Amino acid sequence: MFHSETGVFKTSYAADMALYPLPVARYAVIALAIVFLFIVPLVFSPYLMTLMNLVLIAVVGAIGLDILVGYTGQISIGHGAFMSVGAYTAANLIVRTGLPFWLAIPAGGAMAALIGIVIGIPSLRIKGIYLAVATLAAQFVIEWMINHITWISGGIEASIQVPPPSIFGFKLVTAYRLYFFLLFFAALAIVATLNWMRSRIGRAFIAIRDQDIAAEIIGINIFKYKLYAFAISSFYAGVTGVLYTYYYGIANYEQFGIDVSINYLAMILIGGLGSILGAIFGATFITILPEAARQFLTHYGGMIMSQDAVTNVVPNLQLVLFGGLIIFFLVAEPEGLNRLWRSIRNYFRVWPFSY
Amino acid sequence: MRERPATYIALSLGLLLGLAVAAPAQAADKGTIIIGMQCDRTGPTQVVGTALCPGTHDYIDLINSRGGIDGWKLDVPEVDNQYQVPPSIAEYEQAKQQGAVGVMIYGTPITAALNSRLEQDHIPGTSPGFGIAASADGKYYPYLFPIAANYWSQAAAAVQFAKQQLGGSLKGKKIAYIFYDNPAGHEPLPILDELSKTEGFQLQNFAVPPPGVDVSSQVLAIAQQYRPDFVIDHTFGKSPALIIKGLQQNGYPLNKVVAMVWASGEADILGAGGWNVAQGYYTMQFAGAGQDYPVIKQIKAMYKKEGKSPPDALNSTVYYNRGVFQGAVWVAAIRNALKLSHGKKPTPTDVAKGFEMIKDFKLGGMVPPITISAADHEGGGWVRIFQVKGDGFVAKTPWFRGFRKVVVDLEAKTAQQMASKAN
Repeated sequence: MFHSETGVFKTSYAADMALYPLPVARYAVIALAIVFLFIVPLVFSPYLMTLMNLVLIAVVGAIGLDILVGYTGQISIGHGAFMSVGAYTAANLIVRTGLPFWLAIPAGGAMAALIGIVIGIPSLRIKGIYLAVATLAAQFVIEWMINHITWISGGIEASIQVPPPSIFGFKLVTAYRLYFFLLFFAALAIVATLNWMRSRIGRAFIAIRDQDIAAEIIGINIFKYKLYAFAISSFYAGVTGVLYTYYYGIANYEQFGIDVSINYLAMILIGGLGSILGAIFGATFITILPEAARQFLTHYGGMIMSQDAVTNVVPNLQLVLFGGLIIFFLVAEPEGLNRLWRSIRNYFRVWPFSY
Repeated sequence: MRERPATYIALSLGLLLGLAVAAPAQAADKGTIIIGMQCDRTGPTQVVGTALCPGTHDYIDLINSRGGIDGWKLDVPEVDNQYQVPPSIAEYEQAKQQGAVGVMIYGTPITAALNSRLEQDHIPGTSPGFGIAASADGKYYPYLFPIAANYWSQAAAAVQFAKQQLGGSLKGKKIAYIFYDNPAGHEPLPILDELSKTEGFQLQNFAVPPPGVDVSSQVLAIAQQYRPDFVIDHTFGKSPALIIKGLQQNGYPLNKVVAMVWASGEADILGAGGWNVAQGYYTMQFAGAGQDYPVIKQIKAMYKKEGKSPPDALNSTVYYNRGVFQGAVWVAAIRNALKLSHGKKPTPTDVAKGFEMIKDFKLGGMVPPITISAADHEGGGWVRIFQVKGDGFVAKTPWFRGFRKVVVDLEAKTAQQMASKAN
């Protein structure tokens, strides 16, 4: 109803290529900015703020994985490991050299990108499930190395404590302060990726995903762009790792295990592959759902069973509900939450005069 | 495709509803003291959580059924953290928002991730028998309370026990250390290395790589090739059961194996094939095993009075009793805190101080004489060895500690190093 192209005429190439093709998109972005910058921090309790922060971190990681899986059509089950590369690189630099966060974050990302390129080399020869296994190896090799090389892990406990990030001596410690810190990086990741994916690189990625031989024939250097995809994706993963490290105050590789890699894959699958909005939806969904399920069951579970049974059953039901909803969404909308959102939007676009 | 407006509207409404439901729970009533509790009833170590958490709840219920602590009722809202960090952080924040005076933490990586928050919010947290070994030093970890023997104390006690079993000297003896290959498994290594030098025994490490479902090569290496005089088993999850079974099948005597605290439950024995398979196996406990304790009888009596049968978890005595122990230490700390706050609702800082006032706490013999002080948050680092005999555990030693000085020195040194690194 609002999101309508009617009456919008583009008279220049610049207008046609703009990030927001419709005026309404611009207003929506401004509205979102107001919501996230002012309303959310004013309304949300510290607990909801914590969830919000976890979502923001997950958004960065999910977008990173989506670049590789959704846009370029490669697959990686080593996303968690790249996060730990970023986390430990940054933690070591912060503790040993006192690096501020605005250097530590790109440094963590850059190191992860380097490792990502190395891990990505097999992608030049193998595809699909074979590549998945190759990246799975990366997950275990990286975990093992961090676990056993104390020079990296900072000691036998393999955890490095880091001081909170600070700007001009202002320490970002509470959930609210960290929220703005994380919001900045999440927004940066979103805007950067939106632009990246409509540039030459992004279009090359999509060409490779859709048909790699055709892409090569029209002059795309597959070798180069596949490694780019791994590098960019791992960079995001590295940044995510550093953000987690700052958020927990500690780098610990056990927080970036294989389950994390799988969780991130689930995020982009549920959100919808190859769309940034989908990655955001997926990250939100996977992060919030277990908590929402728990809250729901602890509040309303008492209606159908005794309170004792609730404490015993809730954790298991939570997992059942989580798995069930994932299957439901994948069956109901294989193209993900993003597709669902578009359908809702399109329905209202012509409402009430649908045909 | 035909559009399905009703479906979409229903879905949007459902999402909104979900968000509304996710809103935080209401604040506490007056007269209730809240302790946040994290559990692992699902996830890799659920065998622990499903027995430990009911133990804590039952003890708290017992206290509440007697009118609470000086009229204050306790509320321990439990959440399942699945042994994962992100949900634990959210749950911690929720407990804080509900006005909890502290949190019972579960999981070593989670303890590490929550530590800086505890310090910053001045909220005490407990990590009985796991977590950061150096946190026994209260000077550098003011709000983290391991309250039970950490991995260093456990390893030192295991060596002490081996020494005693091998006739009072370890000179020239061979000890195998089989451990889960993660930070928690590595943690005792400095103590073992140090002791192997001072005591003169040969130490051989056998790592079990995660997820620890295959231990056959390690077991073969121990039982067939290395043939040590004693084995120290520090594994978790499925591995302990497999190790018991494997060593037994390969003819290695189980009365030369001592397991550290997370390889010492009923579930590990049953997983290995039952009590008759594990005869002779030594287990290390920081809370007594079995049901022959006054507090367990009181809990059973409480259930009887309510006309209910006690939960199955009670039969998994090792972990259940640890849960009771955890609840009891919190109750003792809050009792002390109420003295500090002169009967008003204690603050988290009061409770932290209350922990440090715990002295000679025995719980009718079920736990060691725990004394927690501002310097020692570990409560002394006591353990007790129980042996598998017949259909249960039989106490082999009294409560004891091994090489206390070595452990305390290492704790102080490491805590200082970690503290100076973080700042």
